[in-house]
Amino acid sequence: MTVDAGAYLTVAAALFTIGAVGLLIRRNVLVMFMCVELMLNAVNLTFVTYARELNDIGGQSLVFFVLVVAAAEVVVGLGIIVSIFRRRVEATADDLHELSG
Amino acid sequence: MTLLLAATKVDMTVFVVASVIVLSGAIGVVIARNPVHSALMLVMTLFGIAVLFVAQDAQFLAAVQVIVYAGAIVVLFLFVIMLLGVDREENLGLEELRAQRPVAFLLGVIALAEIILLGRGADWVSGASSVAGRSQNETANVETLARSIFTRYLLAFEATSILLVIAVVGAVVLARRLSPSTPSREDQQ
Amino acid sequence: MIDAAWLIPAFPLTGFVLLVLFGRRLGDPAAGWLATAMTGLSFLVTAGVFVDLLSMEHAARHATVDVFSWIPVGGLSVEVAFLIDPLSITMALFVTGVGALIHLYSVGYMHGDGRYPTFFVYLNLFVFSMLMLVLADNFLLSFLGWEGVGACSYLLISFWFTRETAASAGKKAFVTNRIGDFGFMIAMFLIFSAFGTLTYSGVLPHAEELTKGTATAIALLLFLGAAGKSAQLPLYVWLPDAMEGPTPVSALIHAATMVTAGVYLMVRVAPILELAPTAMTIIACVGAATALFAATIACAQNDIKRVLAYSTISQLGYMFLAVGSGAYVAAIFHMVTHAFFKALMFLGAGSVIHGLHDEQDMKRMGNLRKYMPITWVTFMIGWLAIAGVPPFAGFWSKDEILLGAWNKSPILWFVGLFTALLTAYYMTRQVRLVFYGDDRWQQAEHPAPAVADPELSHAEPVAPNGHGPSEHADPHESPPTMWIPLVVLAVLSVVGGVINLPFSHDTEHLLRWLEPVLGEEAIHLFDGNKIVLALIAIAASLIGLAIGWFAWRTADRPELEPEPLRRAWYIDPLYQAIIARPGQALADLSSWVDRNVVDGAVNGIAVAFREGGGQLRRLQTGYVRNYALGVAAGTVALLAWFYMRAG
Repeated sequence: MTVDAGAYLTVAAALFTIGAVGLLIRRNVLVMFMCVELMLNAVNLTFVTYARELNDIGGQSLVFFVLVVAAAEVVVGLGIIVSIFRRRVEATADDLHELSG
Repeated sequence: MTLLLAATKVDMTVFVVASVIVLSGAIGVVIARNPVHSALMLVMTLFGIAVLFVAQDAQFLAAVQVIVYAGAIVVLFLFVIMLLGVDREENLGLEELRAQRPVAFLLGVIALAEIILLGRGADWVSGASSVAGRSQNETANVETLARSIFTRYLLAFEATSILLVIAVVGAVVLARRLSPSTPSREDQQ
Repeated sequence: MIDAAWLIPAFPLTGFVLLVLFGRRLGDPAAGWLATAMTGLSFLVTAGVFVDLLSMEHAARHATVDVFSWIPVGGLSVEVAFLIDPLSITMALFVTGVGALIHLYSVGYMHGDGRYPTFFVYLNLFVFSMLMLVLADNFLLSFLGWEGVGACSYLLISFWFTRETAASAGKKAFVTNRIGDFGFMIAMFLIFSAFGTLTYSGVLPHAEELTKGTATAIALLLFLGAAGKSAQLPLYVWLPDAMEGPTPVSALIHAATMVTAGVYLMVRVAPILELAPTAMTIIACVGAATALFAATIACAQNDIKRVLAYSTISQLGYMFLAVGSGAYVAAIFHMVTHAFFKALMFLGAGSVIHGLHDEQDMKRMGNLRKYMPITWVTFMIGWLAIAGVPPFAGFWSKDEILLGAWNKSPILWFVGLFTALLTAYYMTRQVRLVFYGDDRWQQAEHPAPAVADPELSHAEPVAPNGHGPSEHADPHESPPTMWIPLVVLAVLSVVGGVINLPFSHDTEHLLRWLEPVLGEEAIHLFDGNKIVLALIAIAASLIGLAIGWFAWRTADRPELEPEPLRRAWYIDPLYQAIIARPGQALADLSSWVDRNVVDGAVNGIAVAFREGGGQLRRLQTGYVRNYALGVAAGTVALLAWFYMRAG
């Protein structure tokens, strides 16, 4: 008897929410990115849980792909961040707000 | 939470400890003032997740998680932090945008409550089983996974490989400094 | 010739069109001659139709001349068609006849005016409208003419519109008339709903079908229209101010023709009136009251034209007194004779004004008989006619009316009698002041007379003869184009009584002539009574005349000109206070509502959108994190929805 799926899913949900809240709260761009990673991990956990419960390997395959895409995303994202913030050290996500009404 | 009581003691202990690590790491990521500390807390979370993967019979993924996520991605993060010098401590006390924080907290709490309520109302898990093949069989996890990826999801696999190439090329292009003769993009600003 | 009756209004209409197109090129005096010729031709055709009508069998004297179908709409079918019967031809005769004479007079009178051709444009249009009014065979076409004469009256009163008083007078006339028109229109609606048609031949023979109430309503509403057009209480106020217009206008429109339209209308609907004795009593009383009221005011006016204006109102009151008493023939008779002598006196007054270079204040005239003999003689004839001295025309017609009034009620007769006395008095006063006495016009810097006349609208301005009122050069007689009409009208004023002498049925030509239209005259009096009443009337006239003659040997008699009379019983300020000011307040209120409520609603919608948009704009903070918050909120909402559906 292993731990029930519900528990895992709850943990995943909590992780996701923490990631989301963190994304909304923090100003530092890199920390925001890390919060995105948290959310992706929560999703991965959910998929794995379902793979076990439904006895379906498809869930784990999907996690594999999510991992790959997350990696690619981080690469590109950090590249962008580097190119933008090369000059400005104190830069935060709040600095670009000219497109306001 | 009667679910937990039905499990064996070892499983339950593993689960609880891993969960605690995961969640505290996550909170640490959010709360830490220094981005380097955030990155380290992220690593802790990722390790916890890996443990949970193992507990769920997804051994290969656990390994990949540690190697790729914790080993490569977070390192990449740290490289950029160091490179750009954004390790200055962010002033967490100051929030310029009004109501951002309270609303964010509120939304998070509501979202969590909603998800849990949704799950409790019905079965957490429903759906067709073994659509893409069985995950628990006599073969090892790696083999099962490989079989799935290289046959059923081959196209997705190839696409992700192309994606990786593109990402690399893109990163190089985005972040390069041009030669001194031609003015770089940011010099043109 | 009857079939060519459409030519009668066609000629002045042609004149109007030609003058609109070519008037400026024709200029002074060709435009005037063209207009006069057109009216003259119209008169000739009318005379021809009249002769034709005479040749017809007595009782069958009516014909309808169709021109075209005007409004064929559903249940309403209105033709442009003319009803040729004794009544309409009588009206047409003197409209075109007197009209032609006045056109002739105007050729000389308006000489030198900058807008000479325009004047004749309006005059021809007026004659056309008046003819449409009297010749129409249905109420709606008459109403077209009714409105037309009202419009022309407005145009002609304010002909010298650069003068503020003239412009205001025009507006006043038009607005007051409009009130009457409203009554006419409602009456038309009632008639149509009662009879399903608007033609006279469809309505009047079947008049008995009306209930008494409906008949009274129609009669009173039409009388409201008539009161407006013919200046009866309480809608008379525009007529004294209408003297701002050139004198020929006053003569034509406000003495002979337009103001008689109301009388014509009431006589035309006599069958309906017969069904509504209450209405007739009201009409008679209003007529008598107006006659007396106006006569009192005329006793104290100093402007030569204003005296005649109030006199016109008074005489029109007589005509309505006759209508209300059932003496329709008497009303028409008096209308015709009044047209003669009143036009005569107005033209004479114009001659005086012209001769004195635009002086209109009688207190500054005097002894003009030496300098303007023709004018003097013709004016005297008019004076005797209006005063009711036999054998001049006015006596016979006024006497008929008084007899009719006696038949209705002795009180009304007495009011009429007293008014006759006043009429004689104020006309004599006018004659004395203008033609006799000292040469007051010669006292150049004369001090104003002891009693200054606040009502005096100062003379026709710079335009007509280019002379200002200060240049009192020698008064001179007017040119022939001006005194020929005077003579013609004077002759008519002398012999005009012939058309209806009361001595026997054979001499009562007008009565017999109008029989097919009006039916048997219902008034029968013993001959004895008739003669006694006539003698009393003559006596009253002579008394008034004598008082006037002897009282006005000098021009300065303030005790005979009490303030209320000179101020016309303060009616104008009264109207201003109880009607004009609340009306103005209402208009201001409406304007306020329009600006703030109506426009406010429209603008308010725009403002609401703009403000709403402005508020919504604040969502666009520019901060990505705020937008992320929005996304998160959306997600929460979506989850809530799932929960609702699941639960």
